[in-house]
Amino acid sequence: MIDPAGTATTSWGRVSRARSRVAEPAHLDDLARAVRAGDAPVLAHGMGRSYGDVCLNGGGHLLRTGRLDRIVAADWSTGVVRAEAGLTIGGLLSVCVPRGWFVPVTPGTKFVTLGGAVANDVHGKNHHGMGTFGCHVRALGLLRSDGETVEVGPEERPHLFAATVGGLGLTGVIAWVEIQLQPVRSSDFKAQTLRLQDLDGFFRAAEDSQDWPYTVAWVDCLAAGRRLGRGLFNRGRHAPDGPLLPHADRARLKVPRDAPSALLGPLTVRLFNAAYSRQPAGGEPARVPYGKFLYPLDGITDWNRLYGGRGFFQHQSVVPTAAAPRALQKLLELTSSEGQGSFLVVLKMFGPRPSPGILSFPREGATFALDLPNRGPDTLRLLHRMAEVVLAAGGRLYPAKDATMTAEQFRAGFPRWREVESYRDPALSSDFWRRVTGDPA
Amino acid sequence: MSSPSPASAAAAGKTVLVLGATSAIANAFARQRAAAGGRLVLVGRQQGRLDGIAADLTARGAAAVATLATDLADMDEAEPRFADMVARLGPPDEVLLAYGVLGEQAAAQDSADETRRLIDVNFTSAALWLQLAAKHLVADGRPRTLVVIGSVAGDRGRQSNYVYGAAKAGLDAFAEGLAHRLHRTNVRVVTVKPGFVDTPMTAHLDRSGPLWAKPEAIAGAIDRAVSKGQRIVYAPWFWRPVMTAVRFAPRPLFYKTKL
Repeated sequence: MIDPAGTATTSWGRVSRARSRVAEPAHLDDLARAVRAGDAPVLAHGMGRSYGDVCLNGGGHLLRTGRLDRIVAADWSTGVVRAEAGLTIGGLLSVCVPRGWFVPVTPGTKFVTLGGAVANDVHGKNHHGMGTFGCHVRALGLLRSDGETVEVGPEERPHLFAATVGGLGLTGVIAWVEIQLQPVRSSDFKAQTLRLQDLDGFFRAAEDSQDWPYTVAWVDCLAAGRRLGRGLFNRGRHAPDGPLLPHADRARLKVPRDAPSALLGPLTVRLFNAAYSRQPAGGEPARVPYGKFLYPLDGITDWNRLYGGRGFFQHQSVVPTAAAPRALQKLLELTSSEGQGSFLVVLKMFGPRPSPGILSFPREGATFALDLPNRGPDTLRLLHRMAEVVLAAGGRLYPAKDATMTAEQFRAGFPRWREVESYRDPALSSDFWRRVTGDPA
Repeated sequence: MSSPSPASAAAAGKTVLVLGATSAIANAFARQRAAAGGRLVLVGRQQGRLDGIAADLTARGAAAVATLATDLADMDEAEPRFADMVARLGPPDEVLLAYGVLGEQAAAQDSADETRRLIDVNFTSAALWLQLAAKHLVADGRPRTLVVIGSVAGDRGRQSNYVYGAAKAGLDAFAEGLAHRLHRTNVRVVTVKPGFVDTPMTAHLDRSGPLWAKPEAIAGAIDRAVSKGQRIVYAPWFWRPVMTAVRFAPRPLFYKTKL
C-alpha cells in the first residue's frame, strides 16, 4: 500500500524530488472532484518530463493525468482536435498521422501531454515559422477549485487564456485542449545536416535556412578557441509525398539502472563530441521517419538515468537576437573552460511570432540548452554564472528546464509574473512557484 | 501505435459487445478494435463516461459506436435486457466481459454483505450474462468469440484475497464448461488471466516492480488469443509459470507465505 504521507515523485532531471498525495483520475468527473478536494495545494502532473520542479508539489496533492487521454472530438476534414489533457503528443500522432495530420509544434520528446505542452507553452524546431504550441490552441477547459469549469481561448476570456498558456498549470487544472493540426502528405521528413566550423557558422546557417520549417544545431561544448561553436546544423521539412505511418511504439533501448557516474566523465564527453561531429554532413536531403528526426532520444527509455544517481541539471535560456552572438560565445566559453560540459549543446534561433502566454519562455532571439551532470556546488556555481550572462543580455531561463533559478532571476526574466499570480487558482501551487515567488503556501 | 495485428485487421467491420466498457482493459481493447474499423457497443453504469469513451473510439476510427447505461451487477430482467443489447446491433461477433470489482479482502472478512457483493458482481452476474450471450450467439452458426477476463487470483485460494479469487475461480470453471459445451459450435470461449495491471482498480496499490503490466499489453494479449483461437491465456505470459509454481507449492510451505 502507498504510504499515506505521500509518494515520492522525481522530475526528469532527478535532482528535484518531493512527496505528495498522488491521485490518478480516470475520468474528467473524477478530476473535477479532485481539484475541489483542497486542504493542501493541488498540481496536475503529466508525464513528468519537466527537468526541475515545475511538475512537483511537495506536501500537496499531485493529480496524474495519464489516464485522461481520450479524444473528445476530432474533425479529420479540418484537423481540429479536442482531447483530454493527459493525451500525449505521441498518442495523438499515432491517431492523426495516418489521417494526414501532424501536431503543429512538438518538443524534442513525444512523451509530453497536451496539458503539459500548454502549461509550459513548449516550442520545437519549427519555432521560427510556427511559434509555440500555444499559438495553435483554439480553446481549453480549465477546472477551477471553486467548482467552476471555464472554457478559455484567444477570444474567450483572453486574459485568463494568456495567463494559462505557459502558466505552469497554476490558473486551474487543464481538463482538455483543442488544437489545430497541420496537414502533411507524408510521415517522413526530408532532412539535411550541415557542418558548422564556429559560432558565426551557426548564425549564417540559421539565416540561410529560413525556408526550412525545422532547424536546430548541435554544438560540441568542449571545443574552444577558434573552434568554439563547432557542430552540426540539422534542418528538415515534411516530405511532399510518401507513406503516412505512425511512429513505432516500442523504444529500441532501455537504460535499466543508473549509469555509473564515471561513464559521463569529461573524457567520455570529449570522445562522444568528437565522434558526433564526424558524422556525415552536406549532400542531398535524406528521407527519414518523423520519429527519427524529431525525437532522437525517445528511442532510449529512461535516458535520464544515463547521468547516474545524482541526476542532472539542464540549462535552457533565450537571449535577444542583437545580444546573441556575444552571449552565446560567453556561455560556450564558460562551459568549455569548466570542462563540466554535457554531451551536446543545442542552439536554435527563435522567430518573431509572439507567444500568446504571459509567462511563455520563447521570444525572438537565440536559445541555448545543455545538460549538466550534477556534480554538486561546482555545477550550481556554473549554472548561476550562466544565468548571469543570460540576464545581462536581456534574456531569461526556461522554467520547464530549471531547478536552480533564484526569485530575482525569475522576476527579471518574467517581469509580468504578477499577472499570472493574480489569475492563479488559490488552491493550486507548485514547488517551482513557491521557490521563485516566495509564496509560502 | 504498432501496426494492426492480423486479428485487428480481420476485426474491420466486426461488432464487439463490451460489458464493462469503462474498465481500463476494456478501454484499451476497444481502442484496438476501433482503430481497425470495428463497430462497438459499450455497456457500463455511467452514461457520461460511456459518451466520453464513445467519442474517443469514434475519433480513432470505429465504424459505429453505441452505448447502453445499465448496471450489469443488477441481474433483474437479465433476459430482456440482454435481448435489448443484441437487438440494438444484431448478434455481436465478439463479446468482451470485462467488468469486476477487486474489493477489500479485509472488509469482506468482516461483512457477509461485502462477501456477497464481490461474488455476485464477479461471478454470479458474469456467469449469467455469459449464459445469455452463448444462447444468443450459437443460433446462426457464424463464428463468434466470447472473451472472459478472469484473474490469476482464481488459480489458488490465498489468504490475501480469496473472496475475489474464489469468484474468479468460479468464473474460470464456468467458462471452461461453456467452452466444452460450445466446442462443436462456431462459438469460441477465451479466458484471459491478467496478473497485476496498472488500472484504476489497483490505484491504491504500490505499482512499482516488474510484475505490473499496462492495460494495452493485456489488450494485445486478448487480440492475439482471439486470432490464434487460444482457450486460456495468461497475460503477460510469465504468469503461466508463476501460477504453476503457486498452484503446486506444497501446502506446508504455501501456508508460511503471506501471499
